[in-house]
Amino acid sequence: MATRILGELSEVNDVSTAAPTTRDEITEIPAPRPVARIRKLSKAFGDRTVLDGIDLDIARGEFVALLGRSGTGKSTLLRALAGLDRDHNGELTVDGDIAVAFQEPRLVPWKRVHANVTLGLRHSDTRAAGRAALTEVGLDDRADAWPLTLSGGEAQRASLARALVREPDLLLLDEPFSALDALTRITIHSLVLELWSRHRPGVLLVTHDVDEALLLADRALVLGQGRIAREIPIDLPRPRRRDHPRFTALRNELLTELGVAVEEGNT
Amino acid sequence: MSSTTLRPASIRLPHLPSARWVRLVSPVLIVVVWQVASSTGALPQRLMASPATVVTTAIDITRDGTLPHALAISLQRAVIGFAIGAVIGIALALLAGLSLFAEQLLDPPLQMLRMLPFYGLIPLLILWFGIGELPKILLVAFGVAIPLYLNTFSGIRSVDGKLAELAQVQQLSRLGLIRHIVLPGALPQALVGLRQSLGIAWLALIVAEQVNADAGLGYLIDNARDFLRTDIIVVGLLVYSLLGLLTDAVVRLIERKALTWRRGFLAS
Repeated sequence: MATRILGELSEVNDVSTAAPTTRDEITEIPAPRPVARIRKLSKAFGDRTVLDGIDLDIARGEFVALLGRSGTGKSTLLRALAGLDRDHNGELTVDGDIAVAFQEPRLVPWKRVHANVTLGLRHSDTRAAGRAALTEVGLDDRADAWPLTLSGGEAQRASLARALVREPDLLLLDEPFSALDALTRITIHSLVLELWSRHRPGVLLVTHDVDEALLLADRALVLGQGRIAREIPIDLPRPRRRDHPRFTALRNELLTELGVAVEEGNT
Repeated sequence: MSSTTLRPASIRLPHLPSARWVRLVSPVLIVVVWQVASSTGALPQRLMASPATVVTTAIDITRDGTLPHALAISLQRAVIGFAIGAVIGIALALLAGLSLFAEQLLDPPLQMLRMLPFYGLIPLLILWFGIGELPKILLVAFGVAIPLYLNTFSGIRSVDGKLAELAQVQQLSRLGLIRHIVLPGALPQALVGLRQSLGIAWLALIVAEQVNADAGLGYLIDNARDFLRTDIIVVGLLVYSLLGLLTDAVVRLIERKALTWRRGFLAS
């Protein structure tokens, strides 16, 4: 079996050039309370137990990637955090505002892009805030466009702008890059890192893509059989490079944990 | 021409700028044949007036005020009936669409009424309300309310659940959800209902006015029958058709204004 999961691109030098090395900054933040705290979270659909006693803390400003094969409950966990599923057991607290970017951009087709970005925002000047967020994601010239006229990358940028305009303490990303083409994904990755380093929300990124987790996250969690089967701190310097020797080692470790056989010479 | 016949149709089509006026040939031909048949006596006046007579009659009864008067009365019935039916149909659709409880309460009887051939209500309406304005207005209202209810209700229910989730994540209130997501999402289907209901409104009016009326377009037609005035009958029918076309054009205009977000998609 091939070992490359969605990792078809190797040149990522432009990724995260704007992102500072952040490990020091994180430890400086006095955060006695994590932004999200999960204890013994369980969830079953009928007889099938999807989550079976999850414990997880996400620190303020921490970027956590949640990996797992299909059907391991990654999205279920994210939906529980987002408050979209309340039918679960266990303890779940989020300290602050939440914003979500879904797999599909979920733009409201009958609202222009700027109105989509400010949907539900209770500000004195929502329009200016929306414009600012769109400028940040490089979409200010499409502010008055209808969502159905946007490209996939543009729509996902708009979705990110909508999540960020709320200045969330916890940003939940549910595979928002998986439907993008490889080139667009590279630019969106660097955009996400840039936005993250500027606004510093705690991030939970659900993804299938091991390389994506290694490029973006401080910590990778592998979900398996309803539990966090493995937790791997990603101690790579930022900006991250795929040709870093540790990158390959971590990648193999994660792939093995995900049950993908790693062949020699194919890494 | 023989050299072009081998080319695919898609290439030849742009070379036919005449296509638009070609469509006029057959209608004009029909009118000409009709006029010739009338002039030669093949088509007697008591069965069908000639096109020329129809035109002069149309001018005459417009000048002497008969047609405008009848039209005004019919329009009034249509507008009042439509307004009542629209308010009731949309209100019921909102109730049933937004609340499961209301749906269980309202939907079964409305689905039953939908199956009712509502022109069959005329005898009952006459028994209940006589032959005044009320039964005609009610018939129009009934005909309008049902398709508007059905389409608006199904429009509300077919709004993407993922957008409802989004609204929850964006912390929209229930009112905000209805205003920003549910109603605009139901609008395309509701406009389909509007178009259907306007068509039915005219139909209901024709039926009601011909069964019992002392004024209005239907009365004009019914009365003309007694005097074998086929010319007036044809004029009345033409006016009905024009009204139908006109209302359809209005709905299309509304659609174009209200659904620009879709047009952008279709254009791109």
